[in-house]
Amino acid sequence: MQSSNERPRGAGGGPDSAVGNRDDRDGDSAETCASPRYDDPWYDALASGWGESAGAGAPAAAVPPARTEPGEVPRAAADVYLEVQRSAAFREVRGRYRRFVVPAVVTFFLWYVVYVVTATTAPGLMARPVTGAVNVAMVAGLGQFLTTFLLTWAYARHARLRRDRAALELRWDTQELTRGARGGAS
Amino acid sequence: MTGDHQTLALLLFSTFVAVTLGITTWVSRNRHGSAEEFYAGGRLFSPMENGFAIAGDYMSAASFLGISGLIALYGYDGMLYSVGFLVAWLVVLFLVAELVRNCGRFTLADVVAARMRERPVRIAAGTSSVAVSVLYLVAQMVGAGSLVALLLGGTGEAAQAWTVIGVGALMVIYVSLGGMRATTWIQIVKAVLLLGGTVALTALVLVRFHGDIDRLLRTAAERSGHGEGFLAPGLAYGGDWTSRFDFMSLGLALVLGTAGLPHILSRFYTVPTARAARRSVVWSIGLIGGFYLMTIVLGFGAAAVVGPDAVRESNAAGNTAVPLLALDLGGGADSTGGTVLFAVVAAVAFATILAVVAGITLASSASVAHDLYASLRRRHAEPRSEVAVARVAAVGIGAVAIALGLLARDLNVAFLVGLAFAVAASANLPVLLYSLFWRGFTTRGAVWSVYGGLLPAVVLVLLSPVVSGSPQSLFPGVDFQYFPLQNPGIVSIPLGFVAGWLGTVTSAEPPDVAKHAETEVRSLTGAGAV
Repeated sequence: MQSSNERPRGAGGGPDSAVGNRDDRDGDSAETCASPRYDDPWYDALASGWGESAGAGAPAAAVPPARTEPGEVPRAAADVYLEVQRSAAFREVRGRYRRFVVPAVVTFFLWYVVYVVTATTAPGLMARPVTGAVNVAMVAGLGQFLTTFLLTWAYARHARLRRDRAALELRWDTQELTRGARGGAS
Repeated sequence: MTGDHQTLALLLFSTFVAVTLGITTWVSRNRHGSAEEFYAGGRLFSPMENGFAIAGDYMSAASFLGISGLIALYGYDGMLYSVGFLVAWLVVLFLVAELVRNCGRFTLADVVAARMRERPVRIAAGTSSVAVSVLYLVAQMVGAGSLVALLLGGTGEAAQAWTVIGVGALMVIYVSLGGMRATTWIQIVKAVLLLGGTVALTALVLVRFHGDIDRLLRTAAERSGHGEGFLAPGLAYGGDWTSRFDFMSLGLALVLGTAGLPHILSRFYTVPTARAARRSVVWSIGLIGGFYLMTIVLGFGAAAVVGPDAVRESNAAGNTAVPLLALDLGGGADSTGGTVLFAVVAAVAFATILAVVAGITLASSASVAHDLYASLRRRHAEPRSEVAVARVAAVGIGAVAIALGLLARDLNVAFLVGLAFAVAASANLPVLLYSLFWRGFTTRGAVWSVYGGLLPAVVLVLLSPVVSGSPQSLFPGVDFQYFPLQNPGIVSIPLGFVAGWLGTVTSAEPPDVAKHAETEVRSLTGAGAV
């Protein structure tokens, strides 16, 4: 389903990790700077999916790396998570997630509740014919299917374009930091 | 039914059993017996494979037989099930799938226990997961039984009982020998078979009506004897306010329950990353949505072609509408086409039940071994291998499900599934959402929210008309019915959330800020995920 000739871009902290060129389709310059850390086979490229024109994604602003000073003194692993949680990079990722998910959940849940309550309390309204044998109830029911598909598509797209890359960089940074905190043992 | 149906259906079904047993032995040929392997299939499935497996896990006999049957009998009101079952996936996709994949290892309790004192939380979450799974298993067993009753004609009771026992025995074999890897492949095979069968039947229905959906709906409405009312809500749940509230309760349980089903949650651990978990949910939403759209066509098709009276005559709860529809579409009871289609549908339904049952059994045996056994055994006792315990647990859960399945065999399958969803939404969802999103959540809050949802849900079911006090109940002879609704969701789901909040604000222990930071960072970035 996905083309696999694209590679993820280079390591966090590298100059071009500033997420300026969102256009994954001609991201083959990435080949050159893909760091070995990203070669784990389970991280497949952040390929652009179907139905998306090149560069259509709203440019996600650059996320500053969580690892501010690479050579810092090791600390306890628990502090690492607290520090990452407070970092601007993480707050940005969390904000992007919440700014999409909270309104989306409220919308579809209210729409579903309204649908169920109307179906049970106002069958007369739902029975009003629209065209032929199709009535308001049918349209509303199929509308639920349609909104579910649309929201699924929108969420997947949002996560792919706005969150995945930054989250992955945070992941590696955090793991580097916890490794440092454990004295490089693991 | 004639002998031809039975022979052919049994032949097809035996083939499926043989193939799946083959898969089980093949995938377990060089098994290491590690927990990673047994519970999560090595975490190496691709999003597409897992998407099919999730769809295979979710599209139960309840949907295939139950929903189409309800639509055939009650028209539009049956369709409300389809909508709830699908919209529920948005909760899973937005709030649960990725975060759970990042935070947990094998079970729901892993996610919660990461932030809390482990022992009490594991015991609570493990108990509720097992309770949900057993309820769901019973529904599947009942589906298997009623399918056989139809296949073998009226020769019923004994054959029905033996089927339930046979299905139980097979699932124990799949699960305890093959673990997650075999279960996943069985679900993939089953999802393909089920979707293939549904597409074929839907196409035949549409061909019968020359692609004219309007005529299909009109014919269904005419034959139902309710006229236009058949196409609008109200036939099943439109009576008094009790049944209306019952429906709202069910609707709430359906949409919130999916995200708390242990066998669905455990599927996210079979893929390597959160991104893969998200993509598998996207796949499964596509497959499941398409499937439910087709069940709507099949349900109205059964009403139009077979007629609600014939359906009700065969099985009062409507569970046999689709097989009857297949018989008619193939050319009638005495034709070759009818025989073949009927046999195919029956075999597909069997396969569906087997696969779903295997998935649930695996998830609940994981809860028993990984959560309950690991927490309850004495500290200094010899730690027996967790996987061995899980295998034994699969046998035990199989036995319980068989016994309850024999007891509950006259209830509608879709309705029983509604109960399982209500318990999942009351006991599992609040604690999961609180631990993922609430900074101040504490151990006491977690324990209270699980029991505060689980106990009301179970007690309200016991006091409901399902169990006693009406001619359709489990024990028609006695009457201890004090709760009017059949589905407890509208009361027990809010109670679960309130209990979690109450337990948190009253607890002396301050919330662990560092653990919360760890959960939040891990859930959103995947740092440290296994």
